[in-house]
Amino acid sequence: MPLPALKETYTAGVNVVTLGATRDQGGTRSVTYQIGGAKTLPFMDPDGDAGKPLLIAMDVLDIEPEWPEVLTAPYGDVLGNPAAWAKKCVEEFGADLICLKLDGTDPDGANRSGDDAVATLKAVLGAVGVPLIVWGCGIDAKDNEVMPKISAAGKGERLLLGPAKQENYKRLAASCIADGHNLICLAPLDINIAKQVNTLVIEMELPADRIVMFQTSGALGYGIEYAYSIQERQRLAALAGDKMMMMPVICDVGYETWRCKEAKAPDAEAPEWGAQAIRGPMWEAASAIALANAGADIIRMRHPKAVAAVKKAIKALQG
Amino acid sequence: MIAVAERINGMFKDVRRAVQKKDPGPIIELAQRQTEQGARYLDINVGTAAADQLAAMRWLVEVVQGACKTPIALDSQKLPVIQAGLEVCDGRPVMINSVSGDPDKLDIYMPLAVRHNAALVCLTMNVEGVPQNVEKRVEIAMTIVAKALEHGLDPTKVFIDPIILPVTVDQKQPMFICEVIRQIKTVLCDPPPSTIVGLSNISQGTATRPLINRTCLVMLQAYGLDAAIIDVLDTDIMDAAITADVLMNRIIYSDSYLKSARM
Repeated sequence: MPLPALKETYTAGVNVVTLGATRDQGGTRSVTYQIGGAKTLPFMDPDGDAGKPLLIAMDVLDIEPEWPEVLTAPYGDVLGNPAAWAKKCVEEFGADLICLKLDGTDPDGANRSGDDAVATLKAVLGAVGVPLIVWGCGIDAKDNEVMPKISAAGKGERLLLGPAKQENYKRLAASCIADGHNLICLAPLDINIAKQVNTLVIEMELPADRIVMFQTSGALGYGIEYAYSIQERQRLAALAGDKMMMMPVICDVGYETWRCKEAKAPDAEAPEWGAQAIRGPMWEAASAIALANAGADIIRMRHPKAVAAVKKAIKALQG
Repeated sequence: MIAVAERINGMFKDVRRAVQKKDPGPIIELAQRQTEQGARYLDINVGTAAADQLAAMRWLVEVVQGACKTPIALDSQKLPVIQAGLEVCDGRPVMINSVSGDPDKLDIYMPLAVRHNAALVCLTMNVEGVPQNVEKRVEIAMTIVAKALEHGLDPTKVFIDPIILPVTVDQKQPMFICEVIRQIKTVLCDPPPSTIVGLSNISQGTATRPLINRTCLVMLQAYGLDAAIIDVLDTDIMDAAITADVLMNRIIYSDSYLKSARM
C-alpha cells in the first residue's frame, strides 16, 4: 500500500482582488497589484500555492499628524503635504500602496469637507503611480457624506475604500458598486460579524472578489493574539471552502503600534526600555510580522525602518 | 454538509414528462432552484423516463450544464448510462453515483473515476446483498478504500454509502449506520474517505417523513457524515443540516448563516 502524502491539502482558496487601474483599464495608475489567491497557509509554499505577495501600504494623512517625534523625523517637511508625503513613501521608503487616511474630515477635529478630501485625493493620485486605499475618519455620518464623493472622484481607479461596518455599509458599498472600486469590510475582532458584513455586502451584489476583510488589528501587547487567532480561523475556513471567509485581509499595524506606550514613550520616560528610535519601529515590525504569519494580504504601516524590516523578513520567509 | 439535490430524477412526473417531450424548461428551473437552495451537486437520474436511457442522460446533463455551474452527480446502476453522462460533461466537478463494493465492479468504476477526475459513491453492499450489521459494512468499506489506494483514487473523493434501510424495516439500523460512519471516518485511513447517504429511504412507509428525514440527517452528521442525497427544496431539512454544521464548528456562525451557507 503506498504511503499517503504528508502535506496538507485544502479544497479552496482566497479570492484574488485587483487594486488600481492603468490608463488602458480606465484609471491613471502606473502599476496595479493583485492580492489574495493563497491556497494554503502563509509561508507554507511546499503545501500549495501561497498566492500573491503581501503588500505594505504606508499611511498618508490629510492633515499634519500629531505623531511622536521618532515617527515624524524620517518624513522631514512633507507631513503637511499629502502629495509630497505619498511620493516620499513610494520613492524613498518602498511603499507598495498608499493609504490615504481622512482624519482631517473628522467633525470633532479639523472637520474638513468632502470637497477638501477630493482635492487631497486628486493631489495624491497625481503624485504617485501606485494604487490607493482611502480610509474614512470613522464617524459614520461624515463618512457617508465624504466617501461617496471620494468614490465618484476616483471612478475608474479601482481604489480600495473603507471601512464598511455592520451598522453602516450600504452607502459605501453602493458607491463601490457604482464606481468600480474595492471595499474594506470591518469587524471589531469578531469573526461572526466579519462573516455577516461580507454576506450583507454580497447581497447588495458587490462581487466577492472586490472585498477585503479588516479585523481591527491590535498591536503587540494590546490584543494582537486575538487578531492573530481570528485571522487564522478565517483563513482556515476560507481554505475549507467558506465563501464568506475567502476575502483577502488588511491589517492596520501603524496606527495601532504608535498609540502603544511601548512605541510612544520617549527615552526620558522609559530609559530601561531602550532607545525609542529602535524600540518604536521594532514594536511596529514585530506586530506586522506576526499578522503576516496569520495571513495578512496588506499591512498598513508608518515607520520607514519598520517597513524595511518587514519587507526583509517577508522575503526571507518566502524563501 | 454536502447537499446532493435529488429532484432531477425520472421517477418524478414533471421530470419524466420533460424528458419524454425533450422540454428543457422544467429541468432548467429545477437545476436553478436547487442551486439557489444550496445544492452542492445536482443528482441526475433518468429513471424509467425514456426508452433510450443513454440519450436521455446525455440530454439531461447538457440541459443542466446550460442552466447553472453546479457540479453534477450521474445517478444510474448501469455503467453505459454513467459513461454517456461522462461523455458530455463540460469539465465541472462530477460525481458517479454509484457502484457496489464488489472488487470486480470497483476495478471498473475506480479507473473510470480517476480518468474523469470524478468523485465515486461506493455502496457497502456486495453480491451477498446489504449487510445487516456494523462489522460487515465496515469490512466492505475497507475493501473499497484498499481498492481506491490501489487505483490511485484520492480517498476523499470516495463517498462511502453505508445504505440506510427504512426505520419500519429494522429500528436497530439507524444507530448501526451512525457507528459505521464513525468507524469509516476514524479508523480506515488518513485522510479518511468521505461518507454519503441516500437519506429518504429511512422514512419509507412512515407518516412523518420530513421529520424523520431531518432528525436522522442531523444524527448522522454528528457521527461524521459528509454528504447526503436530499430534497434541498425542503427548507426545514436544509436549515437543520446547516445548523448542525454550525453546532459542530464546521461552518462559522453569522446572523445570516442560513443564507450564506446556501450562497
